[in-house]
Amino acid sequence: MNFQQLWRYQDQLVEGTLITLALTLIAACAGLVIGLLGAALLRSGSRPVRLAIRSYIEIIRNTPSLIQIFLIFFVLPSFGLKLPAFEAAAVALSLYFGAYAIEIVRAGLESIPPSQIEAGQCLGLTRWQVFRHVVLPPALRNVYPAFTSQFTLLLLGTSLASQVAAGELFHAGSFIESRTYRSFEVYAVICAIYFAMVMAFKAVFAAIGLLTFRWPVRR
Amino acid sequence: MALVEIRDVRKSFGQVEVLKGVSLDVAEGEIVTIIGRSGSGKSTLLRCINALETVNSGTITVEGRRVSAGMANLRQFRQRVGIVFQAFNLFPHLSVEKNITLAPLLTKKIGKSQARALAQDVLGRVGLSDKIDAWPEQLSGGQQQRVAIARCLAMAPHLMLFDEVTSALDPELVGEVLKVMEDMARQGMTMVLVTHEMGFARNVANKIVFMHQGKVWEEGPPEKLFAAPQTPELRSFINSVK
Repeated sequence: MNFQQLWRYQDQLVEGTLITLALTLIAACAGLVIGLLGAALLRSGSRPVRLAIRSYIEIIRNTPSLIQIFLIFFVLPSFGLKLPAFEAAAVALSLYFGAYAIEIVRAGLESIPPSQIEAGQCLGLTRWQVFRHVVLPPALRNVYPAFTSQFTLLLLGTSLASQVAAGELFHAGSFIESRTYRSFEVYAVICAIYFAMVMAFKAVFAAIGLLTFRWPVRR
Repeated sequence: MALVEIRDVRKSFGQVEVLKGVSLDVAEGEIVTIIGRSGSGKSTLLRCINALETVNSGTITVEGRRVSAGMANLRQFRQRVGIVFQAFNLFPHLSVEKNITLAPLLTKKIGKSQARALAQDVLGRVGLSDKIDAWPEQLSGGQQQRVAIARCLAMAPHLMLFDEVTSALDPELVGEVLKVMEDMARQGMTMVLVTHEMGFARNVANKIVFMHQGKVWEEGPPEKLFAAPQTPELRSFINSVK
């Protein structure tokens, strides 16, 4: 084992890590917006809108993520939309995370008893006010663990973006391995970096959860 | 004119007709208690008054305005007609103060300090001033129900509806809720209650309405109704709950 050779490539490792983080955070934020909007529309949208959202969810969740990235990177240019590798990966991962986020948020919303909505309506609140102030906070708490798990899968899934040379951590690892032929050392190091990122995010999410969801619940 | 006028109201759920032509008047300041066996349509009638259910035929008028789920200014109407449920329905993620002030802050656009003062005032009226910063989960059932009543009072309603508000409480907690309702009655609040608390109905109500098979079977002042029921159904009901 010889890890010293890798030291020369620390810039590539740092850059790959930062690109992985950027891809993850962009896809998580965009996917969360898709999740909230999609779940709200699944509850209150017209039939065609609901059908469109359900189709999107089923297509994304039942096809390989790698093919989704390829479609956006290689096929969209045929229709006049050419995206660079990073942007293509960000769009594909956002759509991927969004499909799961809709289902997670939907499960959260359905976990709220109708009597809570009724109580909000009886106080004269608008539908939006009931959704925002009565339904959403406890719904998000109920599905927060599912969100954090899905976030972890998203972070690890960014490695697929290496197949379109998006420059993220796995791609950086492949590059270093091709130069050093130190497969074990390279993949051990990038594995350790992925592991450290996931553990750090878990700690951050746990802290956010403690600060945000402070109300006691019956166990 | 009565505050609430109900005329020949019919309401079905699928094939089951729950209300079969109910008519009833509630005058301003009156305490009307609806009694009857489970399934007689009491709660459905109460929910129709607040437009939580839409009637199939007949009319309900509150303060001269026809009630329906599609009525103009439904939200403003509901701010004037408070309803308290059997299951309290407090919002678990909001403190007692925020449960009470959420609707006034959002719908009446009052300031935060004014909202806090309002919460203190209504909590004082239900005897829970010291619980303003508590979470609902930290309260007993009776306390939660009193907070639910305070939450309605914060909207300054003209009419209060109570749907079996003591049914989910342990027996030793029923009294504290009934006392709050008695205080409200003394202060002149117009109230329509569905209850199985016959002692409370007898002592506090101006009018008792006995519902049976989706109809108003008998109605009248409590002393008359309990002392001399006119129908075998009411006689049997009174005997069964003694």
